Amino acid sequence: MTSDAHTGTGRPADALRGDDETSTAPKKKGGGAVGGVANWMDERTGGAKGIRYLMNKVFPDHWSFMLGEVAMYSLIILLITGTFLTFWYVPSMGETIYHGSYTPLQGQQMSEAYKSTVDISMDVRGGLLIRQIHHWAALLFLVAIMLHMFRVFFTGAFRKPREINWVIGVLLFMLAMVEGFAGYSLPDDLLSGTGIRAAQGFMLSIPVIGSYVAYFVFGGAFPGSEIIPRLFTVHVLLLPAIIMGLFAAHMILLIVHKHTQFPGPGRSDHNVVGFKLMPVYTAKAGGFFFIVFGITALISGLVTINPIWMYGPYEPTMVTAGAQPDWYMGFADGALRLSPGWWEFTLLGHTFSLNVMIGAILLIPVIFTALGVYPFLEAWITGDKREHHLLDRPRNAPTRTAIGMGFIAFYFVLFVASGNDIMAITLHLSINDITHVMQASIFILPPLVFWITKRLCMSLQRSDRDLVLHGKESGRLIRTAEGRFFEAHTPLSEHDRWRLVSYETHRPIAAPTEADSNGVGRRQIAKDKMRARLSHFYFNDRIEAITPAELAAAHHDGQAFESIESAEDGDRLEIDSDEFDHHMHGGAEELSSGHAYSHPQDQEPS
Amino acid sequence: MTTSFTGPERHDHSEHQPEPGDHGRQGSDLINLGDGHHEGSGALPERFENPGLPEHVHRLGDDDPAAAKRSERQVASLFGVSMLATLLFVISYIVVGKGEIVTLPLIGATKALHVALGVTLGISLLCIGLGAVHWAKTLMSDTEVVEERHTLRSPDEDREGTVKILTDSAESTQLTRRPLIKYSLGGALGLFVVPLGLQLVGSLGPLPHDNLGVTLWDRKLNGKGRRLMRDPENTPIRLSDVTLGSVFHVLPEGIDDVQNPQDAKVKAAVLLVSMQESDIKNAKEASWGIQGVVAYSKICTHVGCPVGLYEHTTHHLLCPCHQSTFDMTNDCEVIFGPAKRRLPQLKISVNDAGYLVADQGFQEPVGPSFWERA
Repeated sequence: MTSDAHTGTGRPADALRGDDETSTAPKKKGGGAVGGVANWMDERTGGAKGIRYLMNKVFPDHWSFMLGEVAMYSLIILLITGTFLTFWYVPSMGETIYHGSYTPLQGQQMSEAYKSTVDISMDVRGGLLIRQIHHWAALLFLVAIMLHMFRVFFTGAFRKPREINWVIGVLLFMLAMVEGFAGYSLPDDLLSGTGIRAAQGFMLSIPVIGSYVAYFVFGGAFPGSEIIPRLFTVHVLLLPAIIMGLFAAHMILLIVHKHTQFPGPGRSDHNVVGFKLMPVYTAKAGGFFFIVFGITALISGLVTINPIWMYGPYEPTMVTAGAQPDWYMGFADGALRLSPGWWEFTLLGHTFSLNVMIGAILLIPVIFTALGVYPFLEAWITGDKREHHLLDRPRNAPTRTAIGMGFIAFYFVLFVASGNDIMAITLHLSINDITHVMQASIFILPPLVFWITKRLCMSLQRSDRDLVLHGKESGRLIRTAEGRFFEAHTPLSEHDRWRLVSYETHRPIAAPTEADSNGVGRRQIAKDKMRARLSHFYFNDRIEAITPAELAAAHHDGQAFESIESAEDGDRLEIDSDEFDHHMHGGAEELSSGHAYSHPQDQEPS
Repeated sequence: MTTSFTGPERHDHSEHQPEPGDHGRQGSDLINLGDGHHEGSGALPERFENPGLPEHVHRLGDDDPAAAKRSERQVASLFGVSMLATLLFVISYIVVGKGEIVTLPLIGATKALHVALGVTLGISLLCIGLGAVHWAKTLMSDTEVVEERHTLRSPDEDREGTVKILTDSAESTQLTRRPLIKYSLGGALGLFVVPLGLQLVGSLGPLPHDNLGVTLWDRKLNGKGRRLMRDPENTPIRLSDVTLGSVFHVLPEGIDDVQNPQDAKVKAAVLLVSMQESDIKNAKEASWGIQGVVAYSKICTHVGCPVGLYEHTTHHLLCPCHQSTFDMTNDCEVIFGPAKRRLPQLKISVNDAGYLVADQGFQEPVGPSFWERA
């Protein structure tokens, strides 16, 4: 090699020569042809550094982490199949006469958009499969996004430093809904045309500018001839570009933050425990893409969705009974069905259609704003400024979990309400009764679900505490010298115990006292009071994790029986001499007086 | 902060290689009652300590070459099935006819080509995925790896450096000292989107003017009121054709001659119903119809769906979109659902030839409410 050139022993000219040689001499390659290509690329891009870093990234294992993956893979499937569809679909509302192979529509007048969609379904070989995969993948995309969001919410994964990624995710969810609506409107069939008709009605309900918005979006009166081409541009260009940009940002932040993990032995806020991207996660996640794609293709081949050829072309004077949007728009449709007519009124010579506007225009932005704001609200209430990489078990954040479930109950009522006509027909109930019950449920159910969930979480926390304090039931009965019977309990191993005792509980902050308020503005005091009140609401009822002192105390209480058990140790050792034998005493204290596990007659009045 | 956070100590992450049977550490012997009793005070830490990763448990295939071989065969078989399914896809694509129908259990009659392609593609993809995952789970290393996290916050040096560049730049541009530039630049940048925005919004569509308030029924045809025509036959209706209890979907005469028939239909669609005259409770309704035959706008006053479901016995009209229900015996008032306003009535009469004709247009805008309506 040319190392002496750098040692300075030669003449200056030699040194120059040496540098030349260094820069032109190929570095050690190795790895055969692949290594050659890799070397060629790396010398031009320096990519090895980044790729090495990426391939070494560690991902923790948990089934719930696959929900986001399902969303990502559905998106890829949508991009692939959507691109295919553009080769045959004609985004035009120009009128034409059908002469294809589907006889029931023979000779009917229809738009070119509808005709091309029927052609894709009937005459393009495999076209129907691609269309069906596209539609099923869209439905799956939104299901996966929603479940992924539930996972992130209920485990507190949105906490610092991931607030921005939560907001990006919320935006992606909202855009995906709009994208879905634009997409299923494109075939211009009777069902989706009715949806666009309603959408124009929604726009008209906006105060002051409503009719202008409608005429600008539709290029004039409804239906006009512009809306399908415009929705097409929105569906294949505008929204996909924004969605892909946000998705890329979502992924980059995921890499920057590293993945969250559930609490467990050896895991902390300062590490990630799992498997490297290469090779394990490449195989698992890459394989999972094929699983998602495969299942989507199987469903698409076997279960027909959106058979537009049966609905017929859009005709403004016709409508199908049981008209419903795709599932993800159901909640907004349900909100419309539940809004009472008296929400519309006229004031100062103008019409306020709140019966339409609240459900159709305001609901979605309001819900999504609330979702986006939540991490910041919770952070403000807890005052917690630390980074969190360990997830909460949902039970260990009872108020948050209950708020989430209450919200889901609210969403669920709206969603079910969008099927009130179908329910009335299939269940032979009065649609009026169903609607009235739903209208009441929207107010009753969320608080009820909130309360039940919070109690359930706290019960689960208590049972965790019991488990830590008293161990697992061993199923072995022990008789004491006095003739009392006990079930021996096996203490948890320290690894099992760690999962149950490692969580942290916030405590409510004190309300500001007047003494503190010297020199502090009235607004600040009101803010502090509000924060104290919310903090009380969140954390006043709480079950804290067992401390070593509590565990020691619990065992201390049980000592009355320990000597009795010790006396019997000899017998038991023969029966099962496992590694827990020296912990055996732990079981007996369960039955000390006044304990939940004791028999009523054993209890002494206290 | 009121909460005390001791939590896992920072050194936890260095303990990812625990020694088997490492029970001697402080956290674990606390509960070992055999070692004596703890009073639950001073000597105990406030929180439990992270015990570190549990010992790695070997899989069957890690120690048993036969099990590993079995896994290898399973993975290879899955990949093999995938190739077979791909081959079947290609064959189906070429062989199966477009019109062929198969009847499947549960699913019923479906297009054979579609099902064949869907199932073969599905199996082909699924088996690749299952094979890869099975491979990863049974044969690839399952030893968990620990990666350290680092705080995201940049070092103070970098943060100060960034701020310094910004303040230096502000200094160098003299932006703070020259408000004239600052405000004029802000104005120019703020305004530059106006031309683009104006072009887009301004050219998207025409202004609504009074377009929402008029229908084809308002425009006379050859100086006379338009006749009511059956939809879609486009034939005029004699009063004598309208037998008791019948329902007609109606469009105005000459609808196909206007520039945009679809746009006109959306507003002009009408439902013609014949009832017992005595069933009609509303005087205006009776006087705008003839002998119990009345015509109402078919466009829902909620969001504009055609009000398609008519119940003969009760004379209720139900909108299938959001279930607004209108009572046709009482001037189509809303008796249920999210709509607020009655359906507008079309005043009809009979012309000399005995055909139903509209004397005048609707007296209020049809369809969904809008701001300017009132």
